Amino acid sequence: MKVPTGHSYSPYWVALTVAVVLVAIGLPFFGDAYLIDVGTLVLIYVMLGLGLNVVVGYAGLLDLGYAAFFAIGAYVTALLMVRYHLGFWVTLPVAAFTTALSGVIIGTPTLRMRSDYLAIVTLGFGEIVRIAATNLTFTGGPEGVYGIPHPTIGSLVLRSPRAMYFLGMAFALLVLAGSYNLARSRLGRAWLAIREDEAAAQAAGIYPVYFKLMAYVLGAVFAGAAGSFFAVKLTAINPSSFTFIQSVTILMVIILGGMGSLPGVILGAAVIVILPEALRAFDQVRMLAFGIGLIVLMLLRPQGLWPSRIGQIERRAVATSEASAAAGVSSDTPSTTG
Amino acid sequence: MEIALQQMVNGLTVGAFYALIALGYTMVYGIIRLINFAHGDIYAVGAFFGLSVYGLLAFLHIENPVLTTLLALVVSMGCTGLLGVLLYRVAYRPLLHARLSILISAIGVSLTLEYGLFLIYSPSFLVYPHLFGRAGPSLGSIQISWLQAVIFVSSIVLMTALYLLVHRTKIGMAMRALAINQDAARLMGIDVNRVIGLTFFLGSTLAAFAGVLTGLYYSQISFLMGFLVGLKAFTAAVLGGIGNIPGAVLGGFLLGILEGLAAGYFSSRWKDVVAFGILIIILVVRPRGLLGERVVERM
Repeated sequence: MKVPTGHSYSPYWVALTVAVVLVAIGLPFFGDAYLIDVGTLVLIYVMLGLGLNVVVGYAGLLDLGYAAFFAIGAYVTALLMVRYHLGFWVTLPVAAFTTALSGVIIGTPTLRMRSDYLAIVTLGFGEIVRIAATNLTFTGGPEGVYGIPHPTIGSLVLRSPRAMYFLGMAFALLVLAGSYNLARSRLGRAWLAIREDEAAAQAAGIYPVYFKLMAYVLGAVFAGAAGSFFAVKLTAINPSSFTFIQSVTILMVIILGGMGSLPGVILGAAVIVILPEALRAFDQVRMLAFGIGLIVLMLLRPQGLWPSRIGQIERRAVATSEASAAAGVSSDTPSTTG
Repeated sequence: MEIALQQMVNGLTVGAFYALIALGYTMVYGIIRLINFAHGDIYAVGAFFGLSVYGLLAFLHIENPVLTTLLALVVSMGCTGLLGVLLYRVAYRPLLHARLSILISAIGVSLTLEYGLFLIYSPSFLVYPHLFGRAGPSLGSIQISWLQAVIFVSSIVLMTALYLLVHRTKIGMAMRALAINQDAARLMGIDVNRVIGLTFFLGSTLAAFAGVLTGLYYSQISFLMGFLVGLKAFTAAVLGGIGNIPGAVLGGFLLGILEGLAAGYFSSRWKDVVAFGILIIILVVRPRGLLGERVVERM
């Protein structure tokens, strides 16, 4: 039996990675405004996907109202910038803090629940946030908030699509580095332990509710940052961007790519944004295809397009050790019986 | 006080819809521990099938309102029930042992049904035949239409029939056995897949019944009508104690009444927030619901 090696990359994947990096860097110089905007949208979904990946992929908590945190981040930045004329960089920590706080408020009582109940509560929370944003007057009602100013760095105003693309890229890279390190931290190992076997993790001294809350709040903060960026990128936001379908779309990003896998999330974000853009002519059947695609994907490839190698290596290692144990047993048996 | 009573009458009607749909959630959850996300959309499909039957009968010049309504109910319930079984076989059965995957598959089924209706029927609201007026008995200043009375009584009859089926027949005993322990039930010679299929069939027929009556009551239907109602029916099932049949009925009526009162006293724009607020509070404070038993997560 071939012993699994941790760090073997096939040339095919190396080529693909290099191609993705080249496209990501080259796009703002060679693409037109439309292509750059599509690229920026991919970056927003990369941020959202990476954030939700912490919650669903790392900690194994199904969150169906993730768009709520995205909405809170976007609304905090938009309202502070438009109504109180604060700068973007001041609103960013406020947005992060507000989303973290709402994550704690909604997470503390609910993370003790059965996992499928959690899915429904998060869904209800997402709907409450959206309905509140639609009905309240200070959030601008169904029209939302518009005329959000452009962010500035010193005296430089980031107005062009290209400048926003680079800002988005900086955000996405920060989030990427953050999730990469999280997965390999003490926190990441605790999440893995809880996800694989909660009772065993608890027996080993890991208090699941605390670590689940950490995952939930960190995921919320990532979504809040993505929301802040989204608000200044679009300069106008309204509740229709934060529906249940938005939450499902973000979930699709990580399921498509493979839960827990960072390259998978990037690939998933690209597919989710570019495929509908490419299929714009078939707008009518888009959602139907989406639904059928979801079922087919679950039936044929539930682990996603580019699954996480962390879980895989361990499963393979377990399979190998079990296989060798079985082989040992079967080679022993004749000698004992004979 | 009059507002309260009138809102309670309206709430009981809407509550009957919630209760009928909640029964589907609760039965499926009780047996295979799946939150059938697509169940609300099954209800929408039932309403659209009913509309098709009305259209066909009008084309054949059969215009007796009672006869057409009975035919619409029966045909829609049958077809929707079969659709429910089909969906179980295609999208759920292969994933019975993958908790996350089956839930995502259910979301996929939900989107497929919604946008299937969108494409086949119409992206906008469709008008249901206006067969029964608003007339009816009035108690003081409280108006009850005959349709409301029929909806309430027929729902109670169906729910009682379901209760008797589950608690007094052999197939019902098989369903209850499955809910307790699937492997043990299989060892006792119960055809597990057939019983689960029957559960999906029954749940879907009840949802279709609610769908056709919703069409008659509100006189318009749309492809997205199932999403919100489905969520609220699930809320009702959780409120009563998921897996528990009388609980789902109680939860449905209670939610309908609370929502009616919220709409009457605050504003109808906030009634959905009331429903979801109740859901979150119940799950936090008393996750087993009003009548449910304690469930321990052990998967």
